[in-house]
Amino acid sequence: MSETSRAHPEYNYKVVRQFAVMTVIWGIVGMTVGVLIASQLIWPEMNFNTPWLTYSRLRPLHTNAVIFAFGGCALFATSYYVVQRTCQVKLFSDKLASFTFWGWQAVIIAAVISLPLGLTSSKEYAELEWPIDILITLVWVAYAINFFGTLVVRKTSHIYVANWFFGAFILTVAVLHIANSMVVPVSFTKSYSLYAGTVDAMVQWWYGHNAVGFFLTAGFLGMMYYFVPKQAGRPVYSYRLSVVHFWALISLYIWAGPHHLHYTALPDWAQSVGMVMSVILFVPSWGGMINGIMTLSGAWHKLRTDPILRFLIVSLSFYGMSTFEGPMMAIKTVNALSHYTDWTVGHVHSGALGWVAMVSIGSIYHLIPILFGQPKMYSTKLVNVHFWLATIGVVLYIVAMWISGVMQGLMWRAVNTDGTLTYTFIESIEASKPFYFVRFLGGIFVVAGMLIMAYNCYRTIKAPKGSLQAEAQPA
Amino acid sequence: MSSFWSIWISVITLGTILGCFLLLRWCLKNKTGVKEGDDMHHEFDGIVEINNPLPRWWTIMFYATIVWGFIYLALYPGLGNFKGLLGWESSNQDIRSLAESKAAHAEDLANGSLNEYSRAMAAAEERFGPIFEAYAQRSVEDLATDQEALKVGQRLFLQNCSQCHGSDARGQRGFPDLTDNDWLYGGNPAQIKETIMQGRHAAMPAWVDSLGEQGVKEVVAYALSLSGRKVDPVLADAGKAQFAVCAACHGQDGKGNYAFGAPDLTDNIWLYGGSEMAVTETVTHGRNGVMPAWKDILGENKIHLVTAYVYSLSQDQ
Repeated sequence: MSETSRAHPEYNYKVVRQFAVMTVIWGIVGMTVGVLIASQLIWPEMNFNTPWLTYSRLRPLHTNAVIFAFGGCALFATSYYVVQRTCQVKLFSDKLASFTFWGWQAVIIAAVISLPLGLTSSKEYAELEWPIDILITLVWVAYAINFFGTLVVRKTSHIYVANWFFGAFILTVAVLHIANSMVVPVSFTKSYSLYAGTVDAMVQWWYGHNAVGFFLTAGFLGMMYYFVPKQAGRPVYSYRLSVVHFWALISLYIWAGPHHLHYTALPDWAQSVGMVMSVILFVPSWGGMINGIMTLSGAWHKLRTDPILRFLIVSLSFYGMSTFEGPMMAIKTVNALSHYTDWTVGHVHSGALGWVAMVSIGSIYHLIPILFGQPKMYSTKLVNVHFWLATIGVVLYIVAMWISGVMQGLMWRAVNTDGTLTYTFIESIEASKPFYFVRFLGGIFVVAGMLIMAYNCYRTIKAPKGSLQAEAQPA
Repeated sequence: MSSFWSIWISVITLGTILGCFLLLRWCLKNKTGVKEGDDMHHEFDGIVEINNPLPRWWTIMFYATIVWGFIYLALYPGLGNFKGLLGWESSNQDIRSLAESKAAHAEDLANGSLNEYSRAMAAAEERFGPIFEAYAQRSVEDLATDQEALKVGQRLFLQNCSQCHGSDARGQRGFPDLTDNDWLYGGNPAQIKETIMQGRHAAMPAWVDSLGEQGVKEVVAYALSLSGRKVDPVLADAGKAQFAVCAACHGQDGKGNYAFGAPDLTDNIWLYGGSEMAVTETVTHGRNGVMPAWKDILGENKIHLVTAYVYSLSQDQ
């Protein structure tokens, strides 16, 4: 471990530091907005009768902030760090790195302003209007040039598996973003999709599900492949498993979009193909989990003393759980029950909070001391407190949504002997209310953990040199 | 779809799954040149990778899902124009509108080739149709005293009507209270049923252009006076002189007219609010209340029961 603690002067750590710090800040912002809108579902007056604080405008702000601001900054930080360390070379271009940082922050600020104003393309996870979309494209092209440029000038003979995943994530997100954002602008703040009707819906969910598959999965698997073996100090379990699951994962994921449109106007054949690919996808998804968790074999005892490793391993457990749940929900018969219910919301959050957020948090805790020349985080105890707050928060959240979602699905399909529906829609909402409170509570736990993280990071960064002592390694 | 696209879809679908299968086969054998269990002889920032074999249970799961995928695509539509061995179809794939859907459903029923949608509709009709058929034979007045019938009617109301008229049927601003025995289009069973079957479209014109703002003010004062409200008598008198244009629909006495759905202005029940401001807005800009037609959605037999329920709401008053 002492090797990682040594700052490498020729690497560009500045951009990694910038993105790492912004990960924490945007995490707090995005998750706090999430808690606010969760509270609005229990107490509608929490919108304070203000248009830009209403659920409809803040919900896209929440999703954009946690996925693209929090998750995005975490991916930029870790990919820039990992590609340098595993290629043993400085970033291809410091100027481009700096442009991606400031450009990405500009995108986020533009989202923070435009979404509450009600400016939206109305495409889920792609709500930002066309001028911002163009800026995203520019930043992303710069990112791709910088990342692949670094791979080209690498000093190692092979390309490490983490970089396969980062590379696939960068390339595919570029294609998805450009294809789905094709619009006809009518003014600076309004545009209409180039596609119509069912085709528009299919393009949107081809994008939407691969935002999950490549942004929230492949990118974070790249993160996992570096930080898990590094933090555990163990070799990666199986090289061959990583080959199989990488290629299978990326070739299957791109097909999975239609499962968002089961029982709609989408033709039967597209629904079937989407479902079949989603189900097969389950196995390569688990390949990544196995490779991560088995990397710990022979080092399980480290979980007792290292809360950072605990974050990483628990994130993999949530990854395994949600990648089992996802293919199951893609089966049409199951989807008939789960679709449009809170079950979907729970599923997304077991992936987003359990997997994406926890693997990012673990990686950032690993990074912060290294980036700021400290031997360790200011307080390992607080990392541990954060771990438990996050875990309890996620479990409260997803269990509440499972119960609420399955209940809604059952209530909506219940019929009387005369064929009329047993429950009205509003009755199902009423029945969900207690679970909305539990979800809100879960969110409070998660945000509380993030605030502790921010304090801990601040103290680590500000600590005088030599004041933090590395703990003695247990034998 | 054209046969080009059909072949295209089939090739890339089967190719992807087959590709996964071959990839799995290839990685099952150790072709790395390194002994199993050894590391791969490359090291990245201190990380090495072990050449461990793929877990057996995981490999079996991979095979199983691939085999299942091929079976599913053989049985169900997926590979372009191939309809699948079961001939299953969710609904007619070529329809472009509700009318085409209904026509396709009728055709499916006639020639017996049922897709899932038509089959479910036919099964529901067979099972539940007779229940509603039996109710439809009885008069609305009779059903309004039958608690079982009213329960069914209420459930239909809650599912289909409560979004506007409220769970308690007391309405909200712009949507009439159905319990107060005050009717826009008449409250006898035939009139209620007609309203639900065909829908209604009310059209109160905007008067600000022809009356001017002062004229609107005067007419509003007069209209408010009709239900005994205290108003400026000078304004009200001026309004009365102009009320002739309103009387065309609301009647000389302001008591309204079922034929136009023109509300009674004398009963102090206000569809869009009775404050001076609200009535001024109504007269200034007009109103366009819409009750949708339900005959194609619920069908006459179910509407018969909803009619009985709505009728019953104002009967005990």
